[in-house]
Amino acid sequence: MPVNSATERKKSLRQVIAEHNSDPGALLDILREAQEIHGYLSTAVMEEIADQLGIPVSRVYGVATFYTLLATEPKGKHIIRVCESPPCHIRGAVNILETLQEVLGVNPGETTEDKKFTLELTSCLGVCGVAPAMMIGDQVYGNLTPERVKEILKTYE
Amino acid sequence: MSYFRAHVLVCAGTPCMLKGAGAVKDALCREMERAGLQEEIRVVETGCLGPCDDGPVIVVYPEGVMYSKLKPEDMSRIVQQHLLKGRVVEELVYRPEKGKTKPVVSLEDQGYLDRQYRVVLRNCGRIDPDSIEEYIANGGYEALGKALTGMTPEQVVETVKASGLRGRGGAGFPTGLKWSFTAPITADQKYIICNADEGEPGTFKDRLILEGDPHSVIEAMAIAGYAVGADKGIIYIRGEYHLSIERLQRAAARAREMGLLGKDIFGTGFNFDVEIRTGAGAYVCGEETALIESLEGKRGEPRLKPPYPGVAGLWGKPTVVNNVETLANIPPIILKGAEWFRSIGTERTPGTKVFTMLGDIANQGLIEVPMGITLREVIYGVGGGIPNGRGFKLAQTGGTSGGCLPKEFLDLPMDYDTLAEAGSALGSGALLVIDDSHCIVDVLRSFMKFFQHESCGQCTPCREGTYRLYELFSALADGKAGQDVVKLIKELSQAMQLSSLCGLGQSAPNGVVTALKYFEDEILRHAAGECPAGVCRALTTASRAV
Repeated sequence: MPVNSATERKKSLRQVIAEHNSDPGALLDILREAQEIHGYLSTAVMEEIADQLGIPVSRVYGVATFYTLLATEPKGKHIIRVCESPPCHIRGAVNILETLQEVLGVNPGETTEDKKFTLELTSCLGVCGVAPAMMIGDQVYGNLTPERVKEILKTYE
Repeated sequence: MSYFRAHVLVCAGTPCMLKGAGAVKDALCREMERAGLQEEIRVVETGCLGPCDDGPVIVVYPEGVMYSKLKPEDMSRIVQQHLLKGRVVEELVYRPEKGKTKPVVSLEDQGYLDRQYRVVLRNCGRIDPDSIEEYIANGGYEALGKALTGMTPEQVVETVKASGLRGRGGAGFPTGLKWSFTAPITADQKYIICNADEGEPGTFKDRLILEGDPHSVIEAMAIAGYAVGADKGIIYIRGEYHLSIERLQRAAARAREMGLLGKDIFGTGFNFDVEIRTGAGAYVCGEETALIESLEGKRGEPRLKPPYPGVAGLWGKPTVVNNVETLANIPPIILKGAEWFRSIGTERTPGTKVFTMLGDIANQGLIEVPMGITLREVIYGVGGGIPNGRGFKLAQTGGTSGGCLPKEFLDLPMDYDTLAEAGSALGSGALLVIDDSHCIVDVLRSFMKFFQHESCGQCTPCREGTYRLYELFSALADGKAGQDVVKLIKELSQAMQLSSLCGLGQSAPNGVVTALKYFEDEILRHAAGECPAGVCRALTTASRAV
């Protein structure tokens, strides 16, 4: 859950770094926790982390942009990750993606105007037994059809 | 401890949960309470039983009757007829070969499991994964006890070596040999890493092993620690695997409470503990040196080898990295011995393999079978064949980095070496079956789309090669490829296989190379503007317009 006031956010980021003993080896964990506080990793947040850990900002940026679960741009309230790995592809993931694009009016990588949904593609989610699949936030949905996708989206209204 | 006359095991693996196992369990408990059975019969959440496509699944013991495709409203019948009156509800019983044979009336002695041999999945679907007591009651932590109190570290390494166990993550490197590199080194710190960063498309075995039997992996890590002289274990697991992470954390905490992790285990002076670390979404981190980089808080870019992690791994210390499934084999090997393990599977690859069956196959899900079983036995036996009256086109073994095998290979015995000789790989055990409604170019484009996204970008052959291959297959699908495209694809694939830094780039073109061998004609026809399967939209619309 993103923390509300700016000073509180700054305070809790310092706390996170202190909890990890300002250890650059814990950078991945620190970034993940910073993202929980701020919602995403802005340049200011990355600079703060680099400063506290005593490492170059370029290294922080390099790590932040390497992993798909870390975001350097603001995202919508719900992140939709559509699996488009071959097992889901075989079972019709293209139709799922097209349905989402049509209903939300955005392309992969984009956020809806009301900032509610960000549409993303993901590699295999490891739920191929129920392909095609997607995740919204922490929730996984499988055995998708275009109709089911529309119903699921309604529950997020 | 109270006595229950029967147990109902509800599969709480991710696929079943997604199909509504939670609501089924709630309905079951409600109906049992209504019938006043809650003191007589116990409901247990358990790990994956395998037939994920037919979930939610429950098993009623002592009979071992498996029910599948359950809905909450079916529960009153099961409670009223089976649990109260002892009559099996035939219509709801799981049928592995749809409509053909008898349903599976007893899980133990016929039908579903008789083609399978469960070593790794010995406890999945039989015990409550959250209960260390049930794990211990089924022989859990006995192997650790045996190793610590009755064997020297050298004997443990020798036993694993003699068993012929090979790494189940994909590469098939002999596990005992790996341990024997690290064991003799003197160092102030050594590490055991469990690689649970399962990312190969189509693979979900590690997820279901960890969800169904987390203690088996923790116990094995402690044994490995004893064998090589490491007191710290790290489980690196995918950040997306929420349920596995929770169960592992609970399992480690319980093991610690009972003194099975921590200081002076079994009073032998041996210390070992595990830490659970999560990944942040990068396929390449399944490569062991990339995984280590990630654990050090860096970009997950593979290191140059040598030195190998066994000598200089995490923080430069000797480190053994083993896959989840490999580790789950260790306790039975220690308990029953190398000879027993060698009696299963093939000469060159003893033991069993956990496969995930998916794609165009009747029974999607998880199975464990002896090494050396043929594709035909898996697809048309346990897998129940190809649905919708379609024909077999190809099977891709080993996940997206494996090769595409046409029907001529259906009788090939599956182990690391025979599949490698056929240009494919056993890999992680993902078995993707593709029927004849699919187009090879469309399939290959989807493979390359995956790799161009997951290439870490460190070395040029992989970074550029995966992207260009994706471009070439897109051009073929869009009818924009030139006549020399096949030659280009061949050259590029070969360059990637020979010169990429790590396994990702080296194996990314496997599917393409094998497809060029067995499906060249179909690919060439795309270059001439025609998609025989009628899948590639640009080409089918073009031919319709004519």
